[in-house]
Amino acid sequence: MPLDSSDLAAIWLTIQLASLTTLLLLLIGTPIAWWLARTRSPLKGPVGAVVALPLVLPPTVLGFYLLVVMGPQGPVGQATQALGLGVLPFTFAGLVVGSVVYSLPFVVQPLQNAFEAIGARPLEAAATLRASPRDCFFSVVLPLARPGFITAGILGFAHTVGEFGVVLMIGGNIEGRTRVVSVQIYDHVEALEYAQAHWLAGGMVAFSFVVLLLLYTRRRGATVW
Amino acid sequence: MSILRIVLGLAASSVAASAVAGEVQVAVAANFTAPMQAIARQFEQDTGHKAVAALGATGQFYAQIKNGAPFDVFLAADDVRPARLEAERQTVPGSRFTYATGSLALWSAQPGYVDGQGAVLKQNAFRHLAIANPKAAPYGLAATQVLDKLGLAAAVKPKIVQGQSIAQTQQFVASGNAELGFVALSQVYKDGQLSAGSAWLVPGELHDPIKQDAVILAKGKDNPAAQAFVDYLKSPKAAAIIKSYGYQVAAH
Repeated sequence: MPLDSSDLAAIWLTIQLASLTTLLLLLIGTPIAWWLARTRSPLKGPVGAVVALPLVLPPTVLGFYLLVVMGPQGPVGQATQALGLGVLPFTFAGLVVGSVVYSLPFVVQPLQNAFEAIGARPLEAAATLRASPRDCFFSVVLPLARPGFITAGILGFAHTVGEFGVVLMIGGNIEGRTRVVSVQIYDHVEALEYAQAHWLAGGMVAFSFVVLLLLYTRRRGATVW
Repeated sequence: MSILRIVLGLAASSVAASAVAGEVQVAVAANFTAPMQAIARQFEQDTGHKAVAALGATGQFYAQIKNGAPFDVFLAADDVRPARLEAERQTVPGSRFTYATGSLALWSAQPGYVDGQGAVLKQNAFRHLAIANPKAAPYGLAATQVLDKLGLAAAVKPKIVQGQSIAQTQQFVASGNAELGFVALSQVYKDGQLSAGSAWLVPGELHDPIKQDAVILAKGKDNPAAQAFVDYLKSPKAAAIIKSYGYQVAAH
């Protein structure tokens, strides 16, 4: 196989980044999606719009603002420096922050749809049986919304694997720390190493196809999982 | 009726104008952005032709041109890619020439951070040193040659961050995310002085000369504006602009 050690490092880094990002997004996205699904607050519209922004903004906009905001003069950069963490651009932690922002709607929206589909009735039934709201969430909502969580997890992971512009702008192309597969492919193409580019790019196509296939066949036979 | 006449009149005049004044699509290496803008403005004033610049990394342009990108002229950041395009018959034979020789600068956005001898590199007290990707950008390759010559390559390796082009490298430094970086002198230099921050002008003997070659591409063969632009690039007027950004220009 013509993949060298830097290609393998890029693949491993991408898997780590996508896994950690997906985990964080499920933790952060669940309360946001729950709130969006249940609230009657006038803030529902604006918050929903902010969550959806990464869907339409070009990655260059996100990357540029992340670079400035997380840089030494930016508000986030000042805060991380005050906490003794240094600045986030060019670090793996910085990529995780960027990826969480970038993939947020891909996790929140399926969860929100799942929560909305449950409706109020199961919750009311549970409440009449004296389930606390917490108990109700964990023993009624979570099991019922499981397909939504699986969709959200798959989409969040796959979308993070497909990230390019944001990483390019805040990563600094450091092997083993910020050089993910998409950037590695770009490097190979620029350096005219087309054979290696083909292997990685072909792998990405195959991976993405399998993920989407999983998603679409699962939707049809919803009880398989 | 009168509106129709105006529209037809406008259409006719724009057709007439475009018959005389041509347009040339130029792929320009990122380090040459500022002089290119100045030259294009002057070129349009003097000849009536319009030069439309696309800015990017030389390696990327090479791949695009090989795959049919619609450029008439290529101003590369090195002499390797134009020569290779020539060997691959993608150019107008004999049109290749060196339009500028670049200089490398170690630059920081903070005044007083970089000293006149580059001792800041040996002190190694910075967190990040930005260079352009040496595989794709000639200024990145020159930067690694400098670090090798100074015997600092191993010491600074963990601190190196790479921009995909020399423009992105400058952006890493300008935003303060990297304290310093190797950029093209032309990016931080105008009319004989530094435009911001502090810099060490890297002596030419520390790296191979950064010869930047231009070539007329096969697509521009029958475009008179392409030939006119290349002729203009060789003129004393263009040479003066190029020199004012810190490049050296050979006599043509």
